[in-house]
Amino acid sequence: MRFDLVFEHWDLFARGVVTTLELVALSLAVGFCIALPCGLALARGHRSARLIRAYVYVFRGTPLLVQTYLFYYGLGVTLGQYDWVRDSLFWPFLRDAWWIALLVFSLNSGAYATEIIRGAVITIPRGELEAARALGLSDRQVDFLVLIPSALRRALPQYGNEVVFMLHGSVVAGVITIQDIFGVTQTFRARYYVAYEGFLTAAALYMAITFVIVLIFRQLEKRYLAHLGLSR
Amino acid sequence: MQKLLDYGPLLLGGAVTTICLAVLSLLLATLLGGWGARAKLLRPRGDPLNKGLIRLQARVATAYTTLARGIPDLVLMLILYFGGQRALNWVTELAGLDTLEFSKFLAGTLAIGLLYGAYLTETFRGAWLAVAKGQGEAAEALGLRGLRAFRLVLFPQFVRHALPGYGNVWQVLVKSTAVVSVIGLEDLVGLANDVGKSQRDPFLFMLVVIVVYLGITSVSGWGFNRLERYYSRGMR
Repeated sequence: MRFDLVFEHWDLFARGVVTTLELVALSLAVGFCIALPCGLALARGHRSARLIRAYVYVFRGTPLLVQTYLFYYGLGVTLGQYDWVRDSLFWPFLRDAWWIALLVFSLNSGAYATEIIRGAVITIPRGELEAARALGLSDRQVDFLVLIPSALRRALPQYGNEVVFMLHGSVVAGVITIQDIFGVTQTFRARYYVAYEGFLTAAALYMAITFVIVLIFRQLEKRYLAHLGLSR
Repeated sequence: MQKLLDYGPLLLGGAVTTICLAVLSLLLATLLGGWGARAKLLRPRGDPLNKGLIRLQARVATAYTTLARGIPDLVLMLILYFGGQRALNWVTELAGLDTLEFSKFLAGTLAIGLLYGAYLTETFRGAWLAVAKGQGEAAEALGLRGLRAFRLVLFPQFVRHALPGYGNVWQVLVKSTAVVSVIGLEDLVGLANDVGKSQRDPFLFMLVVIVVYLGITSVSGWGFNRLERYYSRGMR
């Protein structure tokens, strides 16, 4: 075991952690912005519901790795054969693994979160909305002051799981050359010919981040679900 | 279109590999989940040695579920793959044989089975706790004991409670199989990726993979629905 090499090159792994956290946080943020309107639209049977259902079906029914390959190689190689694509403003982004990963991860997380939010919205107790209307709140006020906060609170435990899944799914970024935790492990292996130590380090890092996420969500649940009296 | 027809049989073989991998991993995960749930549920009883063993098992099971839920599938797969290779090299060296290659399929199956066994432990534990206590007592009152009570009364109800969670784990597990292509196994994703690159049309071949995965998840979703209906036939 050559863990001294890991310690010697700790900065490599530190940069990997930062990249992973950045990518996951941004993807979750963008995914959430997609999911909130989509989840509400689904719960209410808006006329866009069909389209949203198709989006959720495709992104939840296929592996993240395949989605990433489809966009990374597919957009890059297949679309890259056309001059108008190459000349377009977006071409630098389409060639860059980082932007592709952000795009795919956001869409993926958005699909899972849409389902979570839809579930939280349709299970809102009727009385809560009736009480809000009885207080004379307008439809818009009911949505923003009662419905959405209440749904988001109740979505917290499931959303915590989604965050952990996104973290674990983000290893795919390392596969398409991004220097996240998994990516630097591959670099480490190629440079110093030690495989095992790097992977164990990566496992420990992912596990540590997972535990921090779980802890954060436990605190959030204690605060925002306190009215349920579940906290011990 | 011609490209798809040319490579169709190859991709079909890849799809078979993927499905075998998924089914075998599920089998391993089910065994581990069953063991884990039992270990967590058993009450310490009997002589001190037996009590100690039961407590030890519960600890090991708790450590297992906590650790396994913290590691990404691909990382565990690589650890098992390289670790397995090392162990195999050590054994062949001791035995004085030529070096053998550790199976990628085995590494993938072990990794996915280990990870999802941890999730199934919780599913099974919850389902077992959901079977009302009175059911066991009622079975006993009817003169059913031990294995017969389990088979005729407790198990069918346990299945009813476990099926929804089991189906979810299966759906996630199937998608997890895609990452074995990264360690070089020629599954559906690995083959489609290679062929797509050599044919300079990765988009088309990845679309095929998407359709196959959607097919697998849709068909198994339908199947699980039917099973759930079958096992809740006594319920209204």
